[in-house]
Amino acid sequence: MNALTRSAPWRGTAWMMGKLGISGRTLVIAIPMLWLLIFFLAPFFVLGRISLAEAIIARPPYTPLFERGPDGSLEIIASLENYRFLLADSLYRNAYLSSIRIALISTIFALLIGYPIAYYIARAPEPKRSILLLMVILPFWTSFLLRVYAWMGFLRSNGVINNTLMGLGIIDSPIQMMQTDFAVYIGIVYTYLPFMILPLYANLTKLDGALLEAAGDLGASPMVTFFTVTLPLSLPGIVAGSMLVFIPAIGEYVIPALLGGPDTLMIGRVLWDEFFGSRDWPVASAVAIVMLFLVVAPIMWLQSVQNRREES
Amino acid sequence: MRGWFLPLAVAFGFIFLYAPIISLVVFSFNESRLVTVWGGFSTRWYGELLRDRQILGAAWISLKVAFWSATLATIIGTLGAFVLTRFSKFTGRLLLTGMITAPLVMPEVITGLSLLLLFVSMELTLGWPAGRGLTTIIIAHTTFCAAFVAVIAQSRLRQMDESLEEAARDLGAGPVRVFFDVTLPVIMPALVAGWLLAFTLSLDDLVIASFVSGPGASTLPMVIFSKVRLGVSPDVNALATIIIGIVLVAVLIAGWLMHRSMRKL
Repeated sequence: MNALTRSAPWRGTAWMMGKLGISGRTLVIAIPMLWLLIFFLAPFFVLGRISLAEAIIARPPYTPLFERGPDGSLEIIASLENYRFLLADSLYRNAYLSSIRIALISTIFALLIGYPIAYYIARAPEPKRSILLLMVILPFWTSFLLRVYAWMGFLRSNGVINNTLMGLGIIDSPIQMMQTDFAVYIGIVYTYLPFMILPLYANLTKLDGALLEAAGDLGASPMVTFFTVTLPLSLPGIVAGSMLVFIPAIGEYVIPALLGGPDTLMIGRVLWDEFFGSRDWPVASAVAIVMLFLVVAPIMWLQSVQNRREES
Repeated sequence: MRGWFLPLAVAFGFIFLYAPIISLVVFSFNESRLVTVWGGFSTRWYGELLRDRQILGAAWISLKVAFWSATLATIIGTLGAFVLTRFSKFTGRLLLTGMITAPLVMPEVITGLSLLLLFVSMELTLGWPAGRGLTTIIIAHTTFCAAFVAVIAQSRLRQMDESLEEAARDLGAGPVRVFFDVTLPVIMPALVAGWLLAFTLSLDDLVIASFVSGPGASTLPMVIFSKVRLGVSPDVNALATIIIGIVLVAVLIAGWLMHRSMRKL
């Protein structure tokens, strides 16, 4: 890039920026800052504003925020009607509660399956460690949609699991696994497991082996050492991993749509149907705003855990 | 956590991770239309896939979107990571930290809906973007992919020996030259890995693309989803196998690059 920094157009640009009083440093900060302000933060304000509008049959399908009154003055039209509607209808309340429940149960399962794997990898010698780590990450790189789809072939009445069990004579008739909450738990645990394992692994590799030895020398059994030393010290990893699973799982749409039954209620699915089915943009926006409030607290918690990790 | 319990739990975990994918690949070579009953080896579904114009068209759209999103995301994510690791104090630092990591966990339905509403409002007030399609999907994907690139670039920038940059400065190089001649070559393998991750994430996204795309711009996951909703179909198995194969090769290259760069420094 020598040629670039010495080239005439580059010098010209630098000279012009100097004239305008913009330093290179400001410009470097401004590019990611502006992009994220416009395309990440601003959309939430638009979302909030449209959640206060009313659905109409027009393009766009919602009422404007300002309207000219009869005397030419600007009037603000905003109402909390959509939020009142969400509160009054038990469908939405149940969908929020059931999303939290499903996300919570899935997170616990992901922790129970992910912790031993992370622990084992963190204790493994090289190069076994790198290979195992790659094996954990590999499925995460393959398509999310296709990984959920793979479970459809697995869980169906004439799917791999039922065929195997019936072939072995363990069961006589297929077990209904597809279109149940159970299938949704499996789908979430399966697709988000690497998000649980990686922060746990990062935390457990830093664990000082001398502490475990000391506990052992003082007469603690491996079990006691694990619960009194390893587990408490890995708490930041547990929090980070759990949040990385829990937060996106709350708003999950694809997994309940493909693996869940008609009565598997999740708020991401309700929002999708409200938007694509009923075409009610303002109610969909209100659903999203309430969901946003649900995930803000866990996101802040995650950030604080990560900031502390960076400082140490 | 000793003795037989740990290896058993780990083995179970890996079977859980890989069994569904392996069965997907195996059944893509199944002659029978009944996806889970073995009817002999065949590549017939691959042949059918190649004649499916809708899938091929959607795949082309997805590849274009993924290429541009990954490239833009790498530029923005790297700049963000650079700013956060090298500039200790500036206005809005906390805001940038939050905005660059929040897209990692933000539920996709929220991101998708809010971006769509932004695009609609912008079109009404500014006249841009006119309609929705490739451009709006690329913008949306760039935004959430940049977060992933930033995480990878940040960890690489933190590990990097800053005395290299100091030495270059002491020898009289300006900040731009230091970045392009010292910092960039050192973090390049991480950026390649970040680009590949962004590429696969974009290729994979269904929810956000469904919200921000317009008529005529259906990405591959959108087409797959509409097929899969009706049930399991063997040509989707064949398509999945091809995608898994491509991703496997890409990941191995990225892993090798990362490994090599870690060794060098």
